[in-house]
Amino acid sequence: MNKNEYIPFLSEIVEVIKHTEIEYTFRMAYDGEVKPGQFFEVSFPKYGEAPISVSGIENGCVDLTIRRVGKVTNEVFEKYVGDKLFLRGPYGNGFDVDDYKGKEIVVVAGGTGVSPVRGVVDYFAKNASSRKDMSFIAGFKSKEDILFEKDFEFWRESMNVVLTLDAGEETKEHKIGLVTKYIPQLKLKEVKEAVAIVVGPPAMMHFSVLALLELGLQEDNIWISQERKMCCGIGKCGHCKIGNQYVCLDGPVFRYTQGKHLVD
Amino acid sequence: MGYELSKEQMNEILSQLKEDYLIYAPKCFQDGGRFSDTDCIRYGEINKIEEIVFDKKAEYSFKEVLLPISQTLFYFTEDSVKEADAPKQGAIVFLRSCDLHSVKRLDEIYLRNGFSDYYYQRLRERVVFVLMGCQTAFDSCFCVDMGTNQSNEYDMSIDRSENGYQLDCKSNQLEKLLSQYATNNLSVTPAYVTETKTRVNIPSNLSYQIGNSNMWREYDTRCINCGRCNFVCPTCTCFTMQDIFYTDNEKAGERRRVWASCMVDGYTDVAGGASYRQKNGDRMRFKVLHKVLDYKERNGYHMCVGCGRCDDICPEYISFSHCINKLENGMKEVMEHE
Repeated sequence: MNKNEYIPFLSEIVEVIKHTEIEYTFRMAYDGEVKPGQFFEVSFPKYGEAPISVSGIENGCVDLTIRRVGKVTNEVFEKYVGDKLFLRGPYGNGFDVDDYKGKEIVVVAGGTGVSPVRGVVDYFAKNASSRKDMSFIAGFKSKEDILFEKDFEFWRESMNVVLTLDAGEETKEHKIGLVTKYIPQLKLKEVKEAVAIVVGPPAMMHFSVLALLELGLQEDNIWISQERKMCCGIGKCGHCKIGNQYVCLDGPVFRYTQGKHLVD
Repeated sequence: MGYELSKEQMNEILSQLKEDYLIYAPKCFQDGGRFSDTDCIRYGEINKIEEIVFDKKAEYSFKEVLLPISQTLFYFTEDSVKEADAPKQGAIVFLRSCDLHSVKRLDEIYLRNGFSDYYYQRLRERVVFVLMGCQTAFDSCFCVDMGTNQSNEYDMSIDRSENGYQLDCKSNQLEKLLSQYATNNLSVTPAYVTETKTRVNIPSNLSYQIGNSNMWREYDTRCINCGRCNFVCPTCTCFTMQDIFYTDNEKAGERRRVWASCMVDGYTDVAGGASYRQKNGDRMRFKVLHKVLDYKERNGYHMCVGCGRCDDICPEYISFSHCINKLENGMKEVMEHE
């Protein structure tokens, strides 16, 4: 008999990092292999499961950034260090950092879309010599919505970081406007060779990719990550299917050339 | 090997089989229909061969035997999880060729698409299939066009005959039992239809561009997204996870999976309130293309088996087979606007 993939395992909360009033990162004990952009099915007490992408990987831990978006996730926010959560995973393909090594890199992310790319950005901040120039454009609704604020200071040391807010006043730390406003301003050295990752809400991804193509990037050099309702994570429940692709099995990371044909 | 058995002999065999198996077949639930004073033909456990309804189509498929409408996966308390037990008995399922072909589709999703499903597999391994021959097609059937009108993948077949029932047996285990009663050895081929009243044509140039056609807009208003078409379909396999907590002890509960429908609200909801395919016409498009386009791209053959149950069940009289037949003009329309 094959393994029962539905049985979750208990994982201890090692640290809780509060980004905003409604978004916390739970650093969970996990020792197996995992890639940025993959996801875990997290059991939410009294509700069921929800897919949460890995927002960071550190020795023996994975970060799961969870937003309090309603009744369903509330209970998790009453959990503290030392408490445990049931997890399954990791599932999905995730980002393969080898795809971007030795290249000029652009990462564009919006809102919680920053979670799945954080591991990639962090990797190339710590291993700056393994790539050429790098730009990271991250957009949030307002100052209160910024995730991973401390990381941005660290990332700025090794790459061009544009942190932008939808509205408000411009400061030294952040600009104002949608991410798409800052894509045309990128100064890429070899645009035909450059690689890009775009993650965020559907409209943001659509217009960001168009802006990157406008800039001269090749379709084949752009990766996107799709957010769907993955109930099972293992290709059975059907909720995440788009066209002939299952986001949980074939994605959530797609090359743009693969993903652009997918119609919901 | 072929056998002819009387009603009495069949019932003796069934009563022997009942010791090890639950026996499911289409049967009549009197006054159980969707309108007053109507019956419902659907799957249920049978004790006698006379209970099987041969001359009408089961409104619902057999799939609940392999995929229960609500299935407990495990029980949990605060820190521990206990897997739900498998049923003690295996199952024998009487079904028609279209439904037997749908088993291949269920296997494709549940045993092969990514991980193998533990709960499906443990039921599947203990199911025996008895093919019910079809003398004639029902009005809404279109199995011939879908290539599912004939099947050899059965453990045993059954057709009614003048003296009782004719059987073709491929299972050694059943063979042993039948040979105790066998009147003579025949060559039996289960009946199958070669033509249907309802015909479908899936255009060979069908592509996702069909999504741009206006044909889907008709369903925006006609469809009421009740999801019945999905629930009667022998090839629809979607489910949603659900946790139940006991009212007497909120720290203990169970996780279940329950049938889900891509036509019903909430199917695509993601955290934060976003969802995809809000128009019913777009949901219709998603379902239709899964049955006759994208599943084939992935697995090499169409998902739809042409049982026509979705046509029969729709409260708005939307016909899936008509919709398939509109695809050709829909493709012409989108190609012209290229």
